[in-house]
Amino acid sequence: MLRRPSSRLFTIWIIALVAMTASFVDAWRLARTNDAAIERTAELVEQLRLTDPVLFTEARYTRHPTQADLHSAFQSHPLALEHFPSGTLIPPTIRGAYERLD
Amino acid sequence: MNDWIERQRHLLDFTLTSLARRKTKNIGLLVVFALLVFVLASVSLYTQALRSEAVRVLEQSPEIVVQRLVAGRHDLIPPDYLEGIGRLRGVRSIETRLWGYYYDPVLKANYTLMVPRTRTIEQGEIVVGPALEHTRGLGTNTGISLRAYSGELHTFLVTDVLPHETELMSADLVLMNEGDFRRFFNFPDGHYTDIVLSVANPREVRNIGLKLMEMLPDARPILREEVLRTYNSIYAWREGLLLALLSASILAFGILAWEKSTGLSADERREIGILKAIGWETGDVIRMKFWEGFVIAFSAFLFGYVLAYVHVFYLRFFLFEPVLKGWAVLYPRFALTPQIDAMQLITLFIFTVVPYVAAVLVPIWRAATTDPDTVMRS
Amino acid sequence: MLELIAIRKAFNQGKPNEFWALDGIDLEIPQKGVTVLRGPSGSGKTTLLTILGCLARPTEGRVRLHGELISGLPERFLTEIRRKTFGFVFQQFNLIRGLSAIENIILPSYPTGERRSVLLERGEALLEKLRLSHRRDNAVEWLSGGEQQRVAICRALINSPQILIADEPTANLDTRLAREFLTILKLLADEGRTVVMTSHDPVVADSEVVDRVISLRDGRIVPDLAQVFAQAFG
Repeated sequence: MLRRPSSRLFTIWIIALVAMTASFVDAWRLARTNDAAIERTAELVEQLRLTDPVLFTEARYTRHPTQADLHSAFQSHPLALEHFPSGTLIPPTIRGAYERLD
Repeated sequence: MNDWIERQRHLLDFTLTSLARRKTKNIGLLVVFALLVFVLASVSLYTQALRSEAVRVLEQSPEIVVQRLVAGRHDLIPPDYLEGIGRLRGVRSIETRLWGYYYDPVLKANYTLMVPRTRTIEQGEIVVGPALEHTRGLGTNTGISLRAYSGELHTFLVTDVLPHETELMSADLVLMNEGDFRRFFNFPDGHYTDIVLSVANPREVRNIGLKLMEMLPDARPILREEVLRTYNSIYAWREGLLLALLSASILAFGILAWEKSTGLSADERREIGILKAIGWETGDVIRMKFWEGFVIAFSAFLFGYVLAYVHVFYLRFFLFEPVLKGWAVLYPRFALTPQIDAMQLITLFIFTVVPYVAAVLVPIWRAATTDPDTVMRS
Repeated sequence: MLELIAIRKAFNQGKPNEFWALDGIDLEIPQKGVTVLRGPSGSGKTTLLTILGCLARPTEGRVRLHGELISGLPERFLTEIRRKTFGFVFQQFNLIRGLSAIENIILPSYPTGERRSVLLERGEALLEKLRLSHRRDNAVEWLSGGEQQRVAICRALINSPQILIADEPTANLDTRLAREFLTILKLLADEGRTVVMTSHDPVVADSEVVDRVISLRDGRIVPDLAQVFAQAFG
């Protein structure tokens, strides 16, 4: 039966579609497993009155981007608060080129 | 109906055998196409997951944070400042926050030192975020000395580490007692970092913000809504940036696809002539070519998507992580939760499969309508 | 059965290089027998063949099949008639390269939507008949000229057409293969099929298989001497 080219294609498509469906099931499963963690994080946010995720820690103005000064150099959108998404896309690689005095 | 299906299968059979004749070329095309879908789907799945996670968690953040500005810069809240706000209608509670940054030269990173309201911490003790545990080796009952801005060393005992699953929000936190905080930073008594308001009716938030600015012209209210919008735009910005970088390759692929499909070779033209002469209709030829485009595009879509899913949620998005996630000395480790919605998939499908199939079909139109007697006249 | 009335066919009509390939053809192809169209190149025999086989439409005049007017039909219907009633064997065989013999043979049946197993069975039977079963799965470009032609004949017969149209079928064959082709032709004629072909190969024209020879020159039918006699003294 698999001698027919279209049957072979359908077999491949079915395998790929099953994999795709599996990804939906897996997404649902992950969402359920991670739900408690997200819930716990949300609780912590409420208890500590946190405002920002810890995505950029290398400077004061980036750690809590939404709590920085009113007018600063970088706003990606006129209606958004200013933020510094770490300025560059990748971390500096030249070690010690301008090491800070601390 | 069965006839129709069988007929399409015949056309599909023919298309597949003719694709197989130029195997290397077509497999190459499929691989490049699948890679393109893979990249687009990776970016889309990742940003969607990160954004929705950040937004869901931040829904619990304070409705209004009030800063005081001096000469356009963030300053401390003086003791009498709170009194004015107390009268504001619609405000359910007012709290002060005490927090600040501490730069740790050992890690070259900033910690957030904070005094929690809902948790009592004894003098000389601290609770740390998970990032401090895995980068500075702190754990329960270990000690750490921090040099304050005044120059003196303060030693603290770690009594607890915040749960790892909250790392996205808590990685760099150092929670301490109010007395310790004020001593460490030499923070004046009665002063606070900022004020947090909670509002009974969510629709009143904006009005309360406006009233605050009227009452206290040096106050700067930051609304939760603005915070959420900012995070949305940060990821939209990064996603956009990545897509802009990718647009060159998308265009290149477009040219490749166009070239491949419009450059209908003399052989292909002859073949179409033969098919028409032996009894295929114009419609059959066009349908056959439709299947040719669809086979490549749909397969690429399926493979690309599945690979992207594995890449994002099981291989930690390692290919594009630096661009989308940003980087930091203390980067939180957190598991992403997939957020796949139908719209996202449909959009991906429309932007990849449809243009390709169209690019294959457009040039065939003319060739398919050639008269069947051309094969006899060559 | 197949009837042409006052057929004229122009190429590049309305342009300076306008050219009338056929100029007033009246012709009737009877239900049975082998008809050969003969004439020098440029005489219009191939053009006439395309009109007989519904591959092209005449510029003027009418074509009737079983008494029904088909020259005015839209393309879709014409294609269907072509698929059901005609089988074609081309001078260059026009097989699709890269496909196996059997796949080439069942190609004309794809638009019918019949089951593949049915088509394969029919194709195999035809291969058997033309003693080509051992070449079933070979790609056609690896077959010899004679084998390619037999594949082309199988393909022409897959939809069991009443009429077989062949354009210079022996042009690419040596004498031995040409005779073999005529044997096959005999087989088909004996089955009751109508065969119309062009040829200027004397082996074909002189063969006893051929029932009728029609000579063309400058887009017109040249009366055959025998026919003239028959009409004059019959």
